[in-house]
Amino acid sequence: MAAFLLRRLAGHAVLAVLAASLAYLLAAAALDPRADFEDRAPRPPASAIDAELSRLNLNDRTPVLRRYRTWAGGVARGDFGRTWQGEPVNAEMWRRTWVSLRLLLPGAVLGCVLGVLLGAYAAVRHGRAADRAITFASYLLLAVPVFVLAALLQIAASEVNDLAGVRVFEWVGESSPGAGEGAFGALGGFGDRLRHLLLPTVTVALAQLALYVRYQRGTMLDVLNADFVRTARAKGLRWRSALLRHGLRTAMIPMTTYFAYTSGLLLLGAMFTEKIFGWHGLGEWLIDSITRGDVNVVAAVNCLAAGCVLLAGLVSDVVNGFLDPRVRVGAA
Amino acid sequence: MTTPAAAARTQSQGDASPAPAADGTGRPLSRARAGARRVLASRRAAAGLALLGLLALLAVAGPFVSPWRWDDTDLTAFRAPPSSEHWFGTTQSGRDVFALSVRGLRRSLAIGLCVAVLSTGLAAAVGTVAGFAGGWTGRCLMWGVDVLLVLPSFLVVAVLSPLLGGRWPLLVPLLAAFLWMVTARVVRAMTVSLREREYVLAARFLGVGAPRVIVRHILPHLASLLVVDASLNVSVAIVTESGLSYFGFGVRPPDVSLGTIIADGRGTATTHPWLFGFAAALLVLVVLAVNLLGDGLRDVLDPTSSGPAPRTGGRVRRRARPGNARAHEYGTGPA
Amino acid sequence: MNVLEVRGLNVTYAPDVRAVRGVGFDVAPGEVLGIVGESGSGKSAVALATLGLLPPGARVRGSVRLRGRELLGRPDAELSRVRGRDLAMVFQDPLSALTPVHTVGDQIAETIRVHAGATRAAARARAAELLELVGIPDAPRRARAYPHEFSGGMRQRVMIAMAIANDPVAIVADEPTTSLDVTIQAQVLDVLRTAKEATGAAIVLITHDLGVVAGFADRVMVMYAGRAVESGPVDEVYRRPRMPYTIGLLQSLPRIDGTARGARRIEGAPPDATEPAAGCPFAPRCPVSVPDCADAEPEPALTGPSGHLVACVNTVATADPARVFPAPDRLPVPARPPREERRVVLEVNELVRHHPLYRGTLIKRRVGTVHAVDGIGFDVREGESLGLVGESGCGKTSALMEILRLARPQGGRVSVFGKDTSDLSKGRRKALRRDIQVVFQDPFTSLDPRMRVADILAEPLVTHGVPPERTRERVEKLLELVGLDPAHACRYPHGLSGGQRQRVGIARALALEPRLLLLDEPVAALDVSVQAGVIDLLEELRARLGLAYLFVAHDLAVVRRIADRVAVMYHGRIVEIGSAPEVYGSPAHPYTRALLDAVPLPDPGRERHRRRVPLQGDPPDPASPPRGCRFRPRCPRYASFPDDASRSPCDAQDPVSRPLSGAVRRDQSVACHYPLLPGEGVR
Repeated sequence: MAAFLLRRLAGHAVLAVLAASLAYLLAAAALDPRADFEDRAPRPPASAIDAELSRLNLNDRTPVLRRYRTWAGGVARGDFGRTWQGEPVNAEMWRRTWVSLRLLLPGAVLGCVLGVLLGAYAAVRHGRAADRAITFASYLLLAVPVFVLAALLQIAASEVNDLAGVRVFEWVGESSPGAGEGAFGALGGFGDRLRHLLLPTVTVALAQLALYVRYQRGTMLDVLNADFVRTARAKGLRWRSALLRHGLRTAMIPMTTYFAYTSGLLLLGAMFTEKIFGWHGLGEWLIDSITRGDVNVVAAVNCLAAGCVLLAGLVSDVVNGFLDPRVRVGAA
Repeated sequence: MTTPAAAARTQSQGDASPAPAADGTGRPLSRARAGARRVLASRRAAAGLALLGLLALLAVAGPFVSPWRWDDTDLTAFRAPPSSEHWFGTTQSGRDVFALSVRGLRRSLAIGLCVAVLSTGLAAAVGTVAGFAGGWTGRCLMWGVDVLLVLPSFLVVAVLSPLLGGRWPLLVPLLAAFLWMVTARVVRAMTVSLREREYVLAARFLGVGAPRVIVRHILPHLASLLVVDASLNVSVAIVTESGLSYFGFGVRPPDVSLGTIIADGRGTATTHPWLFGFAAALLVLVVLAVNLLGDGLRDVLDPTSSGPAPRTGGRVRRRARPGNARAHEYGTGPA
Repeated sequence: MNVLEVRGLNVTYAPDVRAVRGVGFDVAPGEVLGIVGESGSGKSAVALATLGLLPPGARVRGSVRLRGRELLGRPDAELSRVRGRDLAMVFQDPLSALTPVHTVGDQIAETIRVHAGATRAAARARAAELLELVGIPDAPRRARAYPHEFSGGMRQRVMIAMAIANDPVAIVADEPTTSLDVTIQAQVLDVLRTAKEATGAAIVLITHDLGVVAGFADRVMVMYAGRAVESGPVDEVYRRPRMPYTIGLLQSLPRIDGTARGARRIEGAPPDATEPAAGCPFAPRCPVSVPDCADAEPEPALTGPSGHLVACVNTVATADPARVFPAPDRLPVPARPPREERRVVLEVNELVRHHPLYRGTLIKRRVGTVHAVDGIGFDVREGESLGLVGESGCGKTSALMEILRLARPQGGRVSVFGKDTSDLSKGRRKALRRDIQVVFQDPFTSLDPRMRVADILAEPLVTHGVPPERTRERVEKLLELVGLDPAHACRYPHGLSGGQRQRVGIARALALEPRLLLLDEPVAALDVSVQAGVIDLLEELRARLGLAYLFVAHDLAVVRRIADRVAVMYHGRIVEIGSAPEVYGSPAHPYTRALLDAVPLPDPGRERHRRRVPLQGDPPDPASPPRGCRFRPRCPRYASFPDDASRSPCDAQDPVSRPLSGAVRRDQSVACHYPLLPGEGVR
């Protein structure tokens, strides 16, 4: 298994390097950081702008390939260069990665688990009212883009706040200033964080859930009439236990492939969610950097995203191998 | 290796082949008619088609029924709520929200349809060539697909958006260039399996040349898949476009798209819901309609998913592919 | 005292497919009832209805009693306590019927624990015992393996172990050997026999194979279009069948012993189950139907000793089964010069085809080489039919495809009509394709479902530049040639029955007037009653058009009917080749002998008294040929050698094919160090 993972990893590494290089070249060619410097008031002299741009390896008068070589040399040493303000990209990126993780992880896990359960349930109740309701809801949810979903949740939350007379929901930033110093001390601070987490988590979770419901319902329906479920029934298992013991696990095997697919979507959802809920994570950073033409940041985040997508692929391989003995043998 | 001949024998003659029920009946003309009948028989597809028709009608006829043009400003009504004068209300600067929304809807539909046609065509070309040629040609093509798949396409399009300079028609090839890879993979896989079908082998052993085999025996069998994927690509394109526009990377002011209207109205969504609500509802309805149509088409046309008609013998297999989830694959891992 | 009593069983699938109509039977402890029928006859629905496992949407009426207790209509909870304990089932396809993600030991143990509530350890130990009982070597270790790590035959043994885990009183086996090779089928039937003896259970054996029933069942029930048309003791039914359908089935069956008295055939195809039957469903195909047949469906009536029931109005006409179906007019065999003087149309020398073997679903990597075809040689002469037989995976289809490519093979030489295929130009190759054509196994996949019959038949003509005005006429001629109606030209393949489709496939192959046809299992996917018609057609075409056939099949009885010469393949090699009467009459290779032994005869008396040594072990792994003789690990003769000295040639080298000599063996070669002598080991 380990050897097989290593091979897989090596293949992925090549893909990642190519994808990251492509991302840098595209960003370096398309974005225009000079414009942003020129817009400063008072406008700095052209030579100063040139010097500053060159120092940051952003000068569009340097050939793209030479800039790429400088950048790639840095990346090979683990240095993603400097931001537009001259700060190192690395430190900021790691800080923001943690923010994004705090935002995404609970939502992703919640959405995935609930989605699988609901999807399996809907399949078992195939054609009945519960199935129809779940299927319809997942359709509707899939049709709502994240930025609309987040706005709708905010409207709903503000209604609740108005009704309750207290701020049950918060949706700006990660915490309110001074919450930790209140009557409940650190506990209050934690509660405040939870309160801030609620809406973004629900947003992320709902978007994930809708996908997983559709996937799981489909794979479970495949299994519902499978010969081995019939065999299990012929052994004397009741319908429900036959499905749980023999059907569910088999139906979850294809889900591991979809897991890799949804990870890309999750990253995208993060951009919208962070931007809308005012979390200073990677997504927000990326959007702002594209607007500013901050090539190094854009390239770094793209690298990270490509890495995440590949990592998700790897994780799904491992889970797949864990769930499916047929793959395990093939890998050994 | 020999296929266990006996295994084939056990299949009853009626259900040995899942395809025929989903495959054509009658000559091309009547087959199209039969297909249309089946599409209408699928409630999902019919609902999606009806909804999409209504929205298209709104997009086309809207400007003619509305007293306001999208770039008119009514200096007597700023942020006015919906009324008989302004059906969907007005914006901060006194623009009519109905006229704006209809214009946004037009943009979204136009971009969605063009992108879907373009990207599906590209996918079909690359997929069939990679699948049929195999060998190094196929491997290199698929490798390129993999590299593109690793990059989250939304990010790439966002990064490249400054090159557009606000000219929305340029957005179409850009979006199409980064949305075709998943379909290409599916097309290639189908082509590879079709290439080994006995009737394709039979044609090749008869001496029929490769281009003719592709045109006569392979493309007709991919047609339903391509129709389904094209329809699902419409919704991917629409959602991606509105997301880009929402962030200011797609359609830019003064032009409008549903995404820009939603972005403008979102800040005041709690106090002035009409600024945001109508455009959001239209966007959701468009995506819902396209998804319903795409999924319905898949049920009807895709031989790998179960047809609606039960077969004799009782053992009805469901090969449901997860439906419109495809509509949301922006960035995808190598599968 | 009967354990299982079924009365008036009716199964209707939604919307209104009447799969089973008023079927009833009894089975006593230790008794085997064989239910025989073609596809669509409703036999599987009977099995599922008995266990209450019909898919949702199916409606059942009637009565199923197990030891006097009614099962139909009981709630699922109660039925679940009966299923797997008193009433067990063995399914057809053991790969899909076993859960892929659990070990076989756990799956058997689960059966025990669901009912007996044994501890996990006790159940596992019992599972290992059961695996031992069904003949799985190294049972405790193999119990921890997953289904995909077993061969088809071994999986079916696991299914049987699962079925007998709780000592059931009745076992329903639905086509338990259908997807298996004939040698493995014999093994599995032996296991089923052991299981019956170990549990004393009543067995309902459902199959389409009249041979399997003959040797295994005590009583037989024949189903047609959802009805039981004939039932009774197996000897009685096979010797004196009274229902025309049964008679036709038995008489149309190709037989390995070659005693078929001028094979007959049933015309037409079974009726559509969605149409309500007015009279006897067999009447349209029946040669002795009378006006009364159309009035009402005949009820089974006692017509012979020991409960021989027949549902037929005109039993008077069936008193002598031999006279029911008219004897076919024998085609005069055209006088041909002796074999040596005829032209060689296909010559294959030392042909090699190896495939790289990849493993792994996620990441593919090469783990070995499949020796699909490993140096075979034969020739086919004008007007001759060579049958290529062997178990699945022996490389017979690979050989066919390799010849059809008409390109340079990996090794060896193929020459068609004297032209070597390795250095053909593109144009010459295309021209050569006119002379060599192929008919595939599965008529459902070999015709493009989106093309009309006329277009399918026109494709070869258009490709080879036949002018369009002549195409139409030629298509009509072709349809007539294969016994189809000109009206069929505008149909799509799915509007045709299996037999008709295969005829279209044959017509397409004949469109360019080839002189050599390669046939890949052309009748394997067809029902028995349809098979005979297609075989007759092939024989007729050969006689009329002077075609040569290379005929690949796994069914030795079919090959016996159509082939002049036979080549037996094993593990990529031809182990024996010669004229059909000589190879079938006095096989020289132990493998040929074993194959012939394993084929069940549709004759209960002879089948019961046949002395046979079933071939042990599984078909070989084509990726790892053993050292020395490839058949050595399964060879009964090798196993019977007392000392190493006589084994040493087999260990040391793979035997080369040598012609035999003798009075009866003038055209027979064998690749064996110790060929069997004529008459040796005869049944």
